[in-house]
Amino acid sequence: MSIISKSYDPSTFYDEMFRPGGEIRPHYRRLAERLSTLPETEFDQRRAAVDLAFLRRGVTFTVYNNAEGTERIFPFDLIPRIIPAAEWRRIEAGLIQRITALNLFLHDLYHGQKILKDKVVPAAQILSAKHFRREFMNFSVPRDIYVHICGTDLIRDHDGNYLVLEDNLRCPSGASYMIENRAAMRRAFPNLFQSYSVRAIEGYADTLLKSLLHLAPHGADKANVVLLTPGVYNSAYFEHTFLARQMGIPIVEGRDLVVRDARVFMRTTAGLVPVDVIYRRIDDDFLDPTVFRADSQLGVPGLVAAYRAGNVALANSIGTGVADDKVIYAYVPKIIRYYLDQDPILPNVNTYLASETEDRKFILANIAKLVVKSANEAGGYGMLIGPAATRAEVDDFRAKVAANPRNFIAQDPIMLSRSPTWCDRSLEGRHIDLRPYILCGEKTIVTPGGLTRVALRKGSLVVNSSQGGGSKDTWVLNNDD
Amino acid sequence: MPPLKIPPARPQATVMLSRVAHSLYWMSRYIERAENIARLLEVNLQFLLDFQGIDDAGVKEHWGSILASSGDDELFSTLYETADSRTVTEFLALDLRNPSSILSCVFTARENARMIRDQISVEMWETINELYLFLKAHNTAEIWAAGPYEFFRDIKRNSHLFQGLTDSTYPRNEGWEFIQFGKLLERADKTTRILDVKYHILLPNATDVGGAIDTAQWQAVLRSASALEAYRRFYVREILAWKVAEFLVFSDSFPRSLHYCAVQIDDFLRRILDETGARPRSEAARASRRLLADLQSLTINDVLDQGLHEFLLEAQKSLDRIGDEVVQTTMFYPAETDTEQQQQ
Repeated sequence: MSIISKSYDPSTFYDEMFRPGGEIRPHYRRLAERLSTLPETEFDQRRAAVDLAFLRRGVTFTVYNNAEGTERIFPFDLIPRIIPAAEWRRIEAGLIQRITALNLFLHDLYHGQKILKDKVVPAAQILSAKHFRREFMNFSVPRDIYVHICGTDLIRDHDGNYLVLEDNLRCPSGASYMIENRAAMRRAFPNLFQSYSVRAIEGYADTLLKSLLHLAPHGADKANVVLLTPGVYNSAYFEHTFLARQMGIPIVEGRDLVVRDARVFMRTTAGLVPVDVIYRRIDDDFLDPTVFRADSQLGVPGLVAAYRAGNVALANSIGTGVADDKVIYAYVPKIIRYYLDQDPILPNVNTYLASETEDRKFILANIAKLVVKSANEAGGYGMLIGPAATRAEVDDFRAKVAANPRNFIAQDPIMLSRSPTWCDRSLEGRHIDLRPYILCGEKTIVTPGGLTRVALRKGSLVVNSSQGGGSKDTWVLNNDD
Repeated sequence: MPPLKIPPARPQATVMLSRVAHSLYWMSRYIERAENIARLLEVNLQFLLDFQGIDDAGVKEHWGSILASSGDDELFSTLYETADSRTVTEFLALDLRNPSSILSCVFTARENARMIRDQISVEMWETINELYLFLKAHNTAEIWAAGPYEFFRDIKRNSHLFQGLTDSTYPRNEGWEFIQFGKLLERADKTTRILDVKYHILLPNATDVGGAIDTAQWQAVLRSASALEAYRRFYVREILAWKVAEFLVFSDSFPRSLHYCAVQIDDFLRRILDETGARPRSEAARASRRLLADLQSLTINDVLDQGLHEFLLEAQKSLDRIGDEVVQTTMFYPAETDTEQQQQ
């Protein structure tokens, strides 16, 4: 029996593959045809082969809070998510618009602060933001680009509209899984790629390297670019080695770098070699123990001094976190209008700020119907999904919000769109999101597709890998079906 | 159309981080070590099976000599009560409390490989990772049940595969020098220890010398060093103690002999430390040159006069000194000594 002929219930959510009546959407038809000729046993074999390949190749992430401290593969679902060309054009335009405005916003925040003087964003919100780095006021970053690598999380609502859920402007991860997923799909279903015209994503590492070289303080020709990792025990270590290998640059730990006369060097067998650009996968707080957290073992003493002297470039820049604070997120549509005089192409999820009196009253009165998030947490931690929470959890969050309003926002719950996903011997709808990757160098380039994450637990809306999420290959088509 | 612009090679292509160099060195050393222990255990288990007549005391002494030659006898006695085939195999093959057990070696090699995944080929990584996953998926009891010979064969095959893939996929750059240097140092050290096993086995009386057991033991020594066939082609006739020693110490064509390894160690060491002059500048190069001079000027009679065991101990010390010096020199930042010790 083939996997597609089993009964599938699209339910009342927006389903990526099926229309409400059960009809298959045009851009999924050829996939459905292929799957309908594939016996379940063969599908299972291919799935097992893909899992084994991931394990052998070490395409893994490390799980914290686990006695074994084990490396696990990121669960991968073989049913791809498909995006037609016209749909993607809108997403791409919306993402470029958003990152352009956010880069202008960051520049303004760290220079004249016009947007605060014009009271478009309340100054108090910025001054109280955890990731606002006042030490960098009036400091000019190379080429005026603050965010070089951005991973924006998009979701689709009940009607299939794309909404921005959050901007990740610090060290967004996952691009390596996007590339490995595509490689896995090409091995599992080589013929499918002949019947579909899928846009390539393999240029990601090249574009990333170009964006990094663009920042080199002494010209790109002889620039040394390195990737700075927290080390082999970091959960994203696979990704760090993957990207370094793809770009052909050294992967370094803090202890491999040393600063002399405000110049960064790496320790090599032939002595000290200067470093010009650092793609850092370490948060601001850990970069330099002489400036930020003194207990950091991961950073490089003197790195910030070298950065200030203009002798080394960092991607992303220091202090970008202020713009992906969940409170500031609520102001992004206004930020876009302010700097670009355009309407946002991709809307936000409707958001209430606990720090604003009216909003706070509304949140406290309706908390059981809302999704509440703390302003600076990531990875699906520190949030409450009101409709799915117990009474005790709701009460707990109500007290937290009342005690520290600046740290919380609330949003209308969005019933994320669903995609058919292979779950334990049948095809079932599971909620998904999409993280496209935007690179800002000489040009701003959005890699066509991104990482589609899927909440594998039945009914779950949390797609994070740390919370039982998996992923799918994401196909952006060259045409509309 | 403008002419095609070919960008120059990036300068960092020639740069090697000290940390990376040392991970390559340890990865390579540990793989070679695992293979040698596997061979040593396999041959000696087989030897004891062939001579069923050996009593418990004899078996104990036999394994005791292997532990003594590997330098692990003290650790063993704190963990196990008696030395027999089962306990020594468990200790040398599977016990993670022994940092030089086969399992520990593979795990450490894999950990070093993981740290430098971006530097080695996918094929090299997959080989070492698959071996690790295989060992991790089976416990000691399962490996015993399946028969230790399967296990030893897997270890040896994977080591050969890994070294072959390194040869055919790794660029001939500075990293290559560290990989080879680590492998050869380990190989030279293990050859001296395999040969030294026989020193620790006492024969009941002088008439046994040259007897069936004695000959079988020397044959086991040769097989432990994968040298039996090469020896036979070289000397043709019977297996004699002094000839075995001469072959494993002085051969200039057998790739596991001490001399053959020392020649290459000296070569890679000169390249790593950039020792181009006739007179060495570093302590490591001096130690290497002294060892080489001995191996090229002495005869087996000189060595036997001095005492084979004493000679082998001196050689081991020289090899240690050479390895330590190179690690220190190319590391050149003392703050990292702690981490280095952890890697060992």
